[in-house]
Amino acid sequence: MIGYLARRSAFLLLSLFLAAAVLFLLLRLLPGDPANALLSLGATPDQIAAARHQIGTDRPLPEQFAAWLGSLATLDLGRSFVSTAPVGPEIAARLVVTVPLTVLSFTLAVVVAVPLGYLAARRSNTWFGALLGALSQLGVAVPVFWIGLLLITVFALRLRILPAGGFPRDDWADPGRALTSLALPVVTVGLVMSASLIRYVRSATLDVLGSDYLRTFRALGSSFTGAMWRHGLRNAAVPVVSVLGIELATTFLGAVVVESVFALPGLGTLLVKGIAEHDYPVIQGVLFVSTFAVLLIGFAADLIQRIIDPRLRHNLSVEAR
Amino acid sequence: MNRTSSSRRSLIGAAVVAALALAPALTACGAGTDTSPPAAASPGASSTGAYDPNATIEIGSLYEPQNLDNTGGGGQGVTEAFNGNVYEGLFKLTDDGKVENLLATGYKVGADGLSYTFTLRDGVKFHSGKALTSADVKSSLEKVIGPASQSARKDSLSVIKSIETPDDSTVTVRLSAKSISFVYNLSYVWIVNAAAKDLATSEDGTGPYRLGTWKRGSTLSLSRFDGHWGTPATNKEVVFHYFTDASALDNALLTNAVDVVTSQQSPDALAQFTDNADYKVSDGHSTTKLLLAFNDRKAPFDKPLVRKAITSAIDNRKLLDSIWNGHGSLIGSMVPPTDPWYEDLTKINPYDVNLAKKELADAGFGGGFTFTLDTPNYDPHPTAAAFIKSELAKVGVTVNINVITADEWYTKVYKNHDFAATLQEHVNDRDVVWYGDPGFYWGYDDEQVIDWVKQAEQADSTDAQTALLKQVNRQIAEDAASDWLYLYPQIVVASADLQGYPINGLNSQFYAYGIKKSA
Repeated sequence: MIGYLARRSAFLLLSLFLAAAVLFLLLRLLPGDPANALLSLGATPDQIAAARHQIGTDRPLPEQFAAWLGSLATLDLGRSFVSTAPVGPEIAARLVVTVPLTVLSFTLAVVVAVPLGYLAARRSNTWFGALLGALSQLGVAVPVFWIGLLLITVFALRLRILPAGGFPRDDWADPGRALTSLALPVVTVGLVMSASLIRYVRSATLDVLGSDYLRTFRALGSSFTGAMWRHGLRNAAVPVVSVLGIELATTFLGAVVVESVFALPGLGTLLVKGIAEHDYPVIQGVLFVSTFAVLLIGFAADLIQRIIDPRLRHNLSVEAR
Repeated sequence: MNRTSSSRRSLIGAAVVAALALAPALTACGAGTDTSPPAAASPGASSTGAYDPNATIEIGSLYEPQNLDNTGGGGQGVTEAFNGNVYEGLFKLTDDGKVENLLATGYKVGADGLSYTFTLRDGVKFHSGKALTSADVKSSLEKVIGPASQSARKDSLSVIKSIETPDDSTVTVRLSAKSISFVYNLSYVWIVNAAAKDLATSEDGTGPYRLGTWKRGSTLSLSRFDGHWGTPATNKEVVFHYFTDASALDNALLTNAVDVVTSQQSPDALAQFTDNADYKVSDGHSTTKLLLAFNDRKAPFDKPLVRKAITSAIDNRKLLDSIWNGHGSLIGSMVPPTDPWYEDLTKINPYDVNLAKKELADAGFGGGFTFTLDTPNYDPHPTAAAFIKSELAKVGVTVNINVITADEWYTKVYKNHDFAATLQEHVNDRDVVWYGDPGFYWGYDDEQVIDWVKQAEQADSTDAQTALLKQVNRQIAEDAASDWLYLYPQIVVASADLQGYPINGLNSQFYAYGIKKSA
């Protein structure tokens, strides 16, 4: 297990390095000069040169890249070209919104999807199962921002029971208010995520239901519930955990999209603004932190799978010998 | 088609015409014209209903500051939030375009017109507690014209040759050339404590509010400054809520999360407020013009007759109505009604397809021609471009629409002058003077106009200046130097509980100190 951890960590670091390189290069391939964002129309060539020097885009690319890697190693994400404020604390402040939004949406998605997916599998041949299947198809097809707009129209503009957007100025000082602000965005992302999750849970359950070992246990006299509880769930959980890892990452990205719809001061709105302003340090910082989060989630999902499923550990030790 | 939702005024648009500007409507030129402290700037402000002096005013805006320093690239947003609210100038530009004394109580101009002596108001304190002195004024002026300054006023204030401070309450500025707009330009210069640091993230001004907290990406709050020299603000706190999406902003207003929207940018959304007694919609005067700017240097647009023909071939009224649905106006030249030298010149190149065809034939283009229209990729430019294309097809002129980013526009059109015609919004007041600069991107070059603009800036009286700039405005219309498609509306939507907010928002300022909220 320790050897595995070491190798998996090395792989994580390598992925991070590659991500950093790709991010850096892609940004520099974009047309336009970030110095323009700093200047007004009457700018003279001298002012433009000064602006480029100020933000360091007049230096050769390898030098800029090395500088960025160097600062990443010291956990420094640099300073915004536009606001001159440090990017790290800015991202940290935005995580106060984006992380709870992601976690709550994901929890909602799991709470909805696991029982419904299980039921859809158990009743797959009834009208109920067919209806669930159809609904989840629909949920996968609908864009997340559209659901958001729909919910705003109904709950904020018509019924007036929830705010249309925004987040309290004092963040979580009043948790009730903060949660109220997050209610509609969480339902939006949670619903969309649960739609695809239902389909995974359903097919994983169907696999288990049709498996030989379950039939064998039933033949040996154990009740359906007992057999499912002891063996079925654990087997069904293995593919579901790896999907959950991916889904959690997708939820994070979904959260980033709905932030604009709900005017939430999270990572997503920071990214959109950074792109509009050609603010490389901000874009790099947000994308890097997001990539890091996604890789970390994948890492955790892998570990959890190994803990649930002894076969994976066993294979590894055979291989190691 | 008829929408310009979330049209952010581009950085470029906002900055375009900022640099040069001409004279104030200053009548009182001598010392001792003591202006009353800041008064409410607006509509129905006089009504004396009971208001809550400790109210919090929630303001919705699409323009978040980039940082808090207007000489360091703070942008339109910081002007909106801070001008007159947190920082004050020696003079202020009122919501109806007049220049009044603010931190200066008056000034004297030397006989040669090259020296200005300003007397500072007594008893003015910065938010940090330090008293205002002439040294602060000197350092604030130097900051604007200094090498690191990104101020839009840098060019126009570079006529400053020297600044002297004979005593704590007197400042003498010498100019290298006469400049009748000098005092007007000073209304854009924030007086900042000379010792203040970190101006990108904090402030030390003399205004009726001090900065509360700025939560980037979300809100910026201002709280009433009890040590202010003048009439205290009529509300205790002001919170700017920033949105990137115009419909999210409208939703906030509909759900009472904000009380007022500084500038309504989504015409489609207006109906839900105009038919609703809970809201008041004010149609003010904007200074933002949408231009079809020709490259006057290059054929075929080097011929005034061709430009006149194109101008007459486009039905501006129809364009304006399709985009703004009855709001906004036509002006026929560069000068908006809030500038002192405004005249209605819409008759000079009327919409007349037959006239357009005749002019084209006379200019030798009876068979039509083809040109490329460089079109910024944000609203309303693409919509306007499509409309222009279909209008010009009726007179045999083919338009190729080339959609570009703001950034490309800056490089290709503004810097390299590599274009035939382009669309751009010009937001500032008093910006007709750009037609006196043949090096400007549109390349209009008329000796008479250049001379008039120069004379106007050196004029001895505002009457002389006004007369000259009227001539300029008429001449460029007669030459169809550009096609001024329309003047944007300036629409402020507010809760009916609110009074005393500015409706014209000249140069993006939004004075909040006179806003009253019903108790």
